[in-house]
Amino acid sequence: MNLFQPALSTFASDVDNLVMMITAIVGFWYLATNVMFFWLLWRYRAQEGVKALYVTGHEPELLRWITYPHYLIIFMDLFVIVGAIKVWYNVKQNLPEPQEVVRVVGQQWAWSFQHPGADGILDTADDIKTVDGLHVPVNKVVHAKLESRDVLHNFSIPVFRLKQDIVPGRVITAWFEATQAGVYDLQCAEMCGIGHGLMAGRIYVESDEDHLAWITANTPK
Amino acid sequence: MSVAHDHDHGAHDAHHHEMSFIEKYIFPTDHKYIGKQYMFTGMFMALFGGFYAYVFRMQLAFPNMSVPFFGRVSPMEYNAAITQHGTVMIFWVAMPVLIAAFGNFLIPLLIGADDMAFPRLNRLSYQIFLVSAVVLIASWFVPGGAFGGAWTAYPPLSADARYSLTPMGSSMWLIAVALEFAAFLLGGINFIVTAMNGRAPGMKWNDVPMIVWMICIASILFMASVGPLVAGAIMLLFDQNLGTNFFDPRRGGDPILWQHLFWFFGHPEVYVVLLPATGMCAEVIPVFARKKLFAYDTVLYTTIGTGVLSFFVWAHHQFVAGIDPRMANVFTITTVLISIPIAEMVFLYIATLYGGSIRYTVPMLWALGFIFAFLIGGVTGIYLGASGADIYFHDTYFVVAHFHYTFFPIAFIGTFTGFTYWFPKMFGRMMNETLGKIHFFGTMISFNFIFLPLFATGLGGDHRRIYNYNNFPELATPDLQNLRILATVALLVLIAFQFIFIYNTFYSMFFGPISGTNPWKATTLEWTTPENPPGHGNWPPDNMPTVYRGPYEYSVPGREDDFWPQNQQS
Repeated sequence: MNLFQPALSTFASDVDNLVMMITAIVGFWYLATNVMFFWLLWRYRAQEGVKALYVTGHEPELLRWITYPHYLIIFMDLFVIVGAIKVWYNVKQNLPEPQEVVRVVGQQWAWSFQHPGADGILDTADDIKTVDGLHVPVNKVVHAKLESRDVLHNFSIPVFRLKQDIVPGRVITAWFEATQAGVYDLQCAEMCGIGHGLMAGRIYVESDEDHLAWITANTPK
Repeated sequence: MSVAHDHDHGAHDAHHHEMSFIEKYIFPTDHKYIGKQYMFTGMFMALFGGFYAYVFRMQLAFPNMSVPFFGRVSPMEYNAAITQHGTVMIFWVAMPVLIAAFGNFLIPLLIGADDMAFPRLNRLSYQIFLVSAVVLIASWFVPGGAFGGAWTAYPPLSADARYSLTPMGSSMWLIAVALEFAAFLLGGINFIVTAMNGRAPGMKWNDVPMIVWMICIASILFMASVGPLVAGAIMLLFDQNLGTNFFDPRRGGDPILWQHLFWFFGHPEVYVVLLPATGMCAEVIPVFARKKLFAYDTVLYTTIGTGVLSFFVWAHHQFVAGIDPRMANVFTITTVLISIPIAEMVFLYIATLYGGSIRYTVPMLWALGFIFAFLIGGVTGIYLGASGADIYFHDTYFVVAHFHYTFFPIAFIGTFTGFTYWFPKMFGRMMNETLGKIHFFGTMISFNFIFLPLFATGLGGDHRRIYNYNNFPELATPDLQNLRILATVALLVLIAFQFIFIYNTFYSMFFGPISGTNPWKATTLEWTTPENPPGHGNWPPDNMPTVYRGPYEYSVPGREDDFWPQNQQS
């Protein structure tokens, strides 16, 4: 059983590695705490004739069992923070120059997409408009201009590890570079009303030739 | 010293005056009855919240089948069910039970007062709360149905009936929530004033039992954070009904503003309900480990630290919501830092077990179960607080599983801890231990089988609030569907085990063995009342308790008894 979606964008494996690092850190703490917890529960179960200790918790030789692990937590927090910000910076803050720009419009409850067409420029006569299917070339930096006609939506492509809310009245730019041709799910991941569960799109990642062929076949006459 | 108040009868003749049924049960000013009213109203609302969960989990496991006791679930009803489930469980179960019920019942008893500082305000608080609950339940039955735009009610969806299609439901939802906040504002000020002014002679700040501290700090957090949301709720109500456009971008509003107002309250709210639940553990663990609470003042500082820090983390709910991406870096740091006081607190509770003489009674099992479950909720929060990882996890079932590993321990495990522990004080009788243990293990095991699979479906890409995953080819796989079915079956088992609790509660209330005034051999003041359950005024007016020592003096060397009540002179 393989639950995990494959990692198919340039930054997808960065997100996955961050998740792995956090798993290692919190997994360690989870196990260590539970071992201590259950050992104490077993060791200090009520026994005939044994009275509990009277300690306040301020004895230095006891308190260091709390403080030293605690310093270690603060130290490990730094790794989580630095790792998180590095990934975040690459995905959300530092957008590379686009090689292709598409427009994504969310509305209750469908996606519509505007592709730049043969001239590679958006908002010209040869633009290709589609519903529920976004076509992009593989190994190219794509900027998606996200717009909404009504309520909040969310442009989410699990295999790219990309997620961005779409806010009406704004144009938000998201970027990705797909690393493998194929057809993948494109979800709306923000509650948008009754048809939220129907708002499924597909993203077609195509090789350069296939993409060109698709453009040629679909350019409006 | 007793609290000065404007009570009709006055504390002095309380024991000679028989109150009528209506005075006692319908319009009480006695803090114990108001506490019980909150308790049972909250538990009654939990039946609604649980039923909604049953409806939408059945739909997810067996899409488009007719759900027993409900029928086929439409997308509209599905959205309403998830929205109402979240709203009810947080605002009408966790809040009234943990803060209002335990706060009302416990604070005067634990500090040695005869009642709350403002008994009539207290009654008003409950009455407003009751109205709010009626408004919320009624909203299911109005034309258009109940509000279905998720418990966070993000506009523009919630602001305009043309988007939400629930013209009456969304307004009733807001009115109910606003009324509920008013009720808890009244309750909160009452708790704080009572704890500040009503303490028994000799009770210094570090003699106050931890649960009182926790409820008061929680009340302060609530009162400091709820103002912006009440204002936001009124603005949203205006948007819905009066044609203003605070949150609608088509005419110059900003939908993100609501998210800030909501989460500025919403995140401290987590700690508002968390603190009383951890307070229960701080009371129960020392009693059954026969051990002083480890580092009382450090526990208190971690609580205050958590409370302060909780005001600076709210935007981690909005990393991908369209806020300035640079802001996410700040909120990642504050969010991850909250692990410091919380981890410290959990460590201190575990350290309390060291050197103890641990008795595995039902309340102790629940308190330990809280630590076990909350630990999972705590560590999984790191994934979501780390902005880079949250890009993937945001709005997936991983989030759902994470906050249920915090809220279920808080709202249910915490409540069961307190309820089973103070049951003898509330009703004067003991609960059945065997049934209590069956209920404990049944609940804990099935609870884990609900939410562990949901971590996995979230990792697999399941996003939230989807009524049928068959529309998404990558999610319509047998592996993911089997996990959804497992979670639903575990929910049915969990619900089944709650009937044992309900039976045990009502049977023991009337037929359980008489408990005596201090069945657990505990040290705090509520166990020293001459009558059990305590009568009106709690102690005879001429014999109010005086405090000589801290609340957790167990197994003191050189004493014959292993507990030393706070009010015993020597």
